[in-house]
Amino acid sequence: MVDLRTTVAGISFRNPLWLASGIWGESGNSLKGAWDAGAGGVVTKSIGSEPRLGYPNPTIETYDKWGMLNAMGLPNPGIAEYPQEIEVARSAGATVIGSVFGADADEFAALAGRMAATGVVAIELNLSCPHAKGLGSEIGQDPDQVRDVVAAVKRAVRIPVIAKITPNHYDVPMLAEAAENAGADAISAINTVRAMAVDVRLRRPVLAHGSGGLSGPAIKPVGLACVWQIYERVKIPIIGIGGIISADDVIEYLLAGARAVQVGTAVAFEGIGIFHRLREDLSTRLAALGVATTGELVGAGHRGAGAA
Amino acid sequence: MRTITEVSERIVETPSTVTLRFRYAPSALPGQFVMIWLPGDDELPMSLSYTGESKGVTIKAMGATTRAALSIPAGAPVGIRGPYGNHFDLTPKRILLVGGGSGTAVLAPAAEAAARSGGSVVSALGATTAAELLFLDRARGFSETVEVATDDGSRGHHGFVTDVSQRLLSEREFDAVWTCGPEVMMRKVIAAAEPRHVPVFCSMERQMKCALGMCDACALGPYHVCTDGPVFPAPQLAALPEFGRTKRDSSGRKVPL
Ligand SMILES: Cc1cc2nc3c(=O)[nH]c(=O)nc-3n(C[C@H](O)[C@H](O)[C@H](O)COP(=O)(O)O)c2cc1C
Ligand code: FES
Repeated sequence: MVDLRTTVAGISFRNPLWLASGIWGESGNSLKGAWDAGAGGVVTKSIGSEPRLGYPNPTIETYDKWGMLNAMGLPNPGIAEYPQEIEVARSAGATVIGSVFGADADEFAALAGRMAATGVVAIELNLSCPHAKGLGSEIGQDPDQVRDVVAAVKRAVRIPVIAKITPNHYDVPMLAEAAENAGADAISAINTVRAMAVDVRLRRPVLAHGSGGLSGPAIKPVGLACVWQIYERVKIPIIGIGGIISADDVIEYLLAGARAVQVGTAVAFEGIGIFHRLREDLSTRLAALGVATTGELVGAGHRGAGAA
Repeated sequence: MRTITEVSERIVETPSTVTLRFRYAPSALPGQFVMIWLPGDDELPMSLSYTGESKGVTIKAMGATTRAALSIPAGAPVGIRGPYGNHFDLTPKRILLVGGGSGTAVLAPAAEAAARSGGSVVSALGATTAAELLFLDRARGFSETVEVATDDGSRGHHGFVTDVSQRLLSEREFDAVWTCGPEVMMRKVIAAAEPRHVPVFCSMERQMKCALGMCDACALGPYHVCTDGPVFPAPQLAALPEFGRTKRDSSGRKVPL
């Protein structure tokens, strides 16, 4: 029997397959639904200080099963009304990770404190959000800001803090190092890859916001490279994200150094039943490989294990 | 992917409602919806009011975008993706259709399909005033009987369409009720059909962004209207505290309907 239980930053999860932020994560019922469908942990939509409507539609461009482009614009009901949603999921027994975003370290810290009070097991920092200082860049693209935000949040909460890293930087592992040095308990990587769609007939961008973020199978190789490199530079656990739709995708991320993974876009392709299927397929696959726990594979790719 | 197509025809249905027809090849079933993008403006979920190869949506002026949509001329480009969602089950033979306002838009193609395959349809249509009755002529084509109600009494029963549907339910036998309109109306339709054990199917409307069962914008209790709906059997809805009371705004906050 394969044991899928996984510990990340001292928290135990019933399996390493988490629901990624922004998918099924706005309402408590949906978080509960993902948990009931078999997810090992559920990450909330990124929550801010105030309700935010997000960008107007079109917020999504779909492609064949290789990817998806989105510019939702961080819609969320705001932290004041969010505890009631988390309560719905928590009272169903779900292991909930609270995602927050802010414009600067102080806002992140205040939000994280309020999020921690809802009973989530950990905080995930969505660092892919605009700077308070503007200029269009994201907080997560500036290692100094990453350090300041993580340090401030660590002072504000006692539960583990996960820094979610953007792939849109020339030295992604440096961002992870900045988070680790500031006290982060884990890294999740990656958020979406900056991208856009342009319509020939209309001669204009498709998304109302112009550019957006690419997700789904197209970005798996990007996510794997980021996780691989981060694993070589930090000691804290890594949660691998990007394009996961199969058990082999999960195993690839484990080999690259991830301890757990998150699944997002594949939920749109297959429905929430994907968590059940992935869990079954992963057990079968690991058994066939003669592996008893996922932990045996974490980072094994770096040691060339099994490369006969 | 979106298909950019042209509005082939624009039909003014009522003072506040227009139908836009366009060619869009993917096959669709009555009850399904598309995301229609008005370039430079919003993209909206719209149930198909015509489901053949020449498809159509019937838009009522509600917010800024739907008001803008009313003035879209024939020949204008629109972006279409879909169809999405589930559809009406066309197996019941004796159908009661209860349409409130623009709700009739999604019911009409289902009723036409039912009538074509040997079913019989009785229609109860409601509107604020006679001029706002949608698809009255079309309903005469697919229905055995059409009854109407207007809030101002300018045509048919002076009062609620639910008064009419309740009477019809007591006078005749039906295998199913199909309804779309304000949720308080649908609640009343369900309440009247329940004791007679006639199953009710409601077409629901919620804010939508992805239409793919991903973003959670359309969350309704444990369901996503874009993938689990838009057509819901009454028992699924009746259990939800938000049915007829609240919806979620674009931020995901619960707000009164
Ligand atoms: C529609 C959508 C909304 C998202 N919203 C968020 C969000 O609020 N916060 C966040 O940290 N990541 C968000 N993401 C990014 C995902 O959590 C994930 O990092 C990314 O999609 C890559 O994983 P995937 O390929 O499995 O989708 C969103 C992604 C999508 C597709
Ligand atoms: S509109 Fe995104 S989940 Fe339904």
